[in-house]
Amino acid sequence: MHEVALAEGVLRIVADAARANAAARVHTVWLELGALAHVEPDALAFCFDAVTRGSIAHGAKLEIERTAGAAWCMPCSERVPLARLGDACPLCGSYQLQVVDGDEMRVKEIGIA
Amino acid sequence: MCTTCGCGDGDTKVDGVAVVNAGEHELEHRHADGTVHTHWHLHEGGDRNAPLGMAHAHKHAGDTWHTHVHDGTTGDLLGPRNALASVHDAALPSERIVRIEQDILARNDAFADENRRAFADRGNFALNLVSSPGSGKTTLLVRTIEALRGCIPVCVIEGDQQTSLDADRIRATGAGAVQVNTGKGCHLDALMVGQALEKLGPAEGALVMIENVGNLVCPAAFDLGEAHKVVILSVTEGSDKPLKYPDMFRAADLMLINKTDLLPHVQFDVDAAVAYARRMRPELEVICLSATTGEGLDAWLAWLERGVAAANAARDRSVVVLRRRVAELEAKLTAMDASA
Repeated sequence: MHEVALAEGVLRIVADAARANAAARVHTVWLELGALAHVEPDALAFCFDAVTRGSIAHGAKLEIERTAGAAWCMPCSERVPLARLGDACPLCGSYQLQVVDGDEMRVKEIGIA
Repeated sequence: MCTTCGCGDGDTKVDGVAVVNAGEHELEHRHADGTVHTHWHLHEGGDRNAPLGMAHAHKHAGDTWHTHVHDGTTGDLLGPRNALASVHDAALPSERIVRIEQDILARNDAFADENRRAFADRGNFALNLVSSPGSGKTTLLVRTIEALRGCIPVCVIEGDQQTSLDADRIRATGAGAVQVNTGKGCHLDALMVGQALEKLGPAEGALVMIENVGNLVCPAAFDLGEAHKVVILSVTEGSDKPLKYPDMFRAADLMLINKTDLLPHVQFDVDAAVAYARRMRPELEVICLSATTGEGLDAWLAWLERGVAAANAARDRSVVVLRRRVAELEAKLTAMDASA
């Protein structure tokens, strides 16, 4: 359940930004979670509700945008889609892959009032 | 996990002493004149105990104090017990969107960078040892410390949810050790390690081993400032573990396959385990060993010695660069004094 720690990280970023913008409330938080990121979105959403209780983001809606995974295939010298870690290159079947996209965990935007 | 709010790090202890900011929570409130400010409250049990729903005092800039109450759900002020008015009943203006684009782990990574600088300044080679519980991490550490005695100073940060049993085992070898108890937490983070490092005070040029909480999932996400994550897989586990827990094998630079003395008695396919792990990390290095019999230990010790030598050399280089810079500045100063 490192999602609790991640949710605390989200709250810290959100609370700092809300304060810097003199917000009274945070209504929405948009996250970008890559398909290959080390996080379980449902667990993060559950933890977000728990850690935001009593904070400026209490009751805020969490919107999670999933971005697709991609890797650089060394034998193909080409960028290929990668649905999950441990999958083979869809073109040549090799596992000589370097993840290049889809492992991000980012707070994108917040909606405040 | 804290029952008030669900936070995960409320019980963190370093060598049995509660970490300063454990169990703190930020609460924000607004005064009648419109100023918003934030302060922390501690959970039950803290010295400045201020459970939600109870009146508590806190200090403002300018050394003025006031007392107020949060209602336990919103962080808002409660009415009559407090002279300050709440403005939360006011109609909210329309929603504004603020762009942030910040990494969720940015704060941990900033602490990790600090740790990394501290390691570099002392020429320390720092490793983050990760595995499932029972892979033989502590036994391997004890064996390693004994083998390196007189050659390389070693110190250890031990992470466990509870007890100081592992740190006690390390200290019995004569090496310095600090125990971090994460309470209900499932991993070490960079802040915990930074605090443990202050207590540990590793020697110049030392090998610093951080034994993470036995957990093949959560520690993968957290950079502690180490040079490498080293994942330990024992042959009493399944060869397919790298497929089941890909994040950890992707995060590691070296895999140790431990308990090889038991290979004749178990169904563990070393080649398959290595192939699976390299699906996650093609350039993963692998060493097979037995911490119990010492088989294969030489390769591990040689790997450590190379890392320590490189860390020491990098520190020496930066000392040389600094000395050169000091000499340049002194020469400049002398020239300025002479012309003045």
